[in-house]
Amino acid sequence: MEIPYTVQPRLDTGLFNAKIGIWLFLASEVMLFGALFSAYVLLRVGSTDWLHQVLSIPLGTINTVVLITSSITMVMAWASLKLDRFHSFKLYLGATILLGLVFLIIKGFEYSDKFAHHHYPSTHIYYALYFTLTGLHALHVLGGMLVNSYFWGPGSRLWNHAPERFTNRIEMAGLFWHFVDLVWIFLFPVLYLL
Amino acid sequence: MESNGATEVQRHLKVYVGVFIALLVFTLLTVAASQLALGTAGHVTIALIIAAIKAGLVAGFFMHLVSEKGTIYGILVFAMIFFIGLMFLTLYSMADTVVIKNVA
Repeated sequence: MEIPYTVQPRLDTGLFNAKIGIWLFLASEVMLFGALFSAYVLLRVGSTDWLHQVLSIPLGTINTVVLITSSITMVMAWASLKLDRFHSFKLYLGATILLGLVFLIIKGFEYSDKFAHHHYPSTHIYYALYFTLTGLHALHVLGGMLVNSYFWGPGSRLWNHAPERFTNRIEMAGLFWHFVDLVWIFLFPVLYLL
Repeated sequence: MESNGATEVQRHLKVYVGVFIALLVFTLLTVAASQLALGTAGHVTIALIIAAIKAGLVAGFFMHLVSEKGTIYGILVFAMIFFIGLMFLTLYSMADTVVIKNVA
């Protein structure tokens, strides 16, 4: 038995099911990060000794460029499948995964530098927020990388007998990845620049 | 693979590259703006405006929201109502001065 509307759009919504599903999930993620951002606003405004620009702006900027680049490689991976270029898809998705790894490695260096200077979540409310927000974001980057790695590897076998279904799966993975980039677009100025 | 979808995607490739370049430019702008003497309110305003523009570009073009169906817009409007409500409650609670009056 075949699951309906994995490729064919529903007549009432004009969408295939996974697209509605992923956007509902992203809406819940907006509330997850929104709750943490609202905690940041409340705690920062109520603080008398906030820390300003204690993070490495060059490293943060590099990480921002890394994620933005990974976003375009992700959309190019999907576009390659739409254009029936499977080899290009592999290259672009592989680049997306590697850029995610670069992001996490840089984040790891930043964290270990903070720990080396005895700055932990318990040190100051700023660090509590910093490690919570970026830690949760990094877990999302890792999750996205795992999904993308599956689609790059064994999951890509679906292309051979159901190419449109596989293309839709990559589009959904891309939506999640762009959301992760979107969260960082707000995290970077809030934590690094303000 | 239908030819209509492929043709449209081919046209969009240049848009994706253009958006990517714009995102890089705005990233450099936000870093440069943070080094100016604008005061806290100025820095927050500039940073959030630039972040909103970047987020709009990613959401609109990479996530294809500029050409999505009404159901998706409905889901996002619903989420935004709750997000704005959450932020409003946060800001409203900061304006609550009952505790401060009691301490005085």
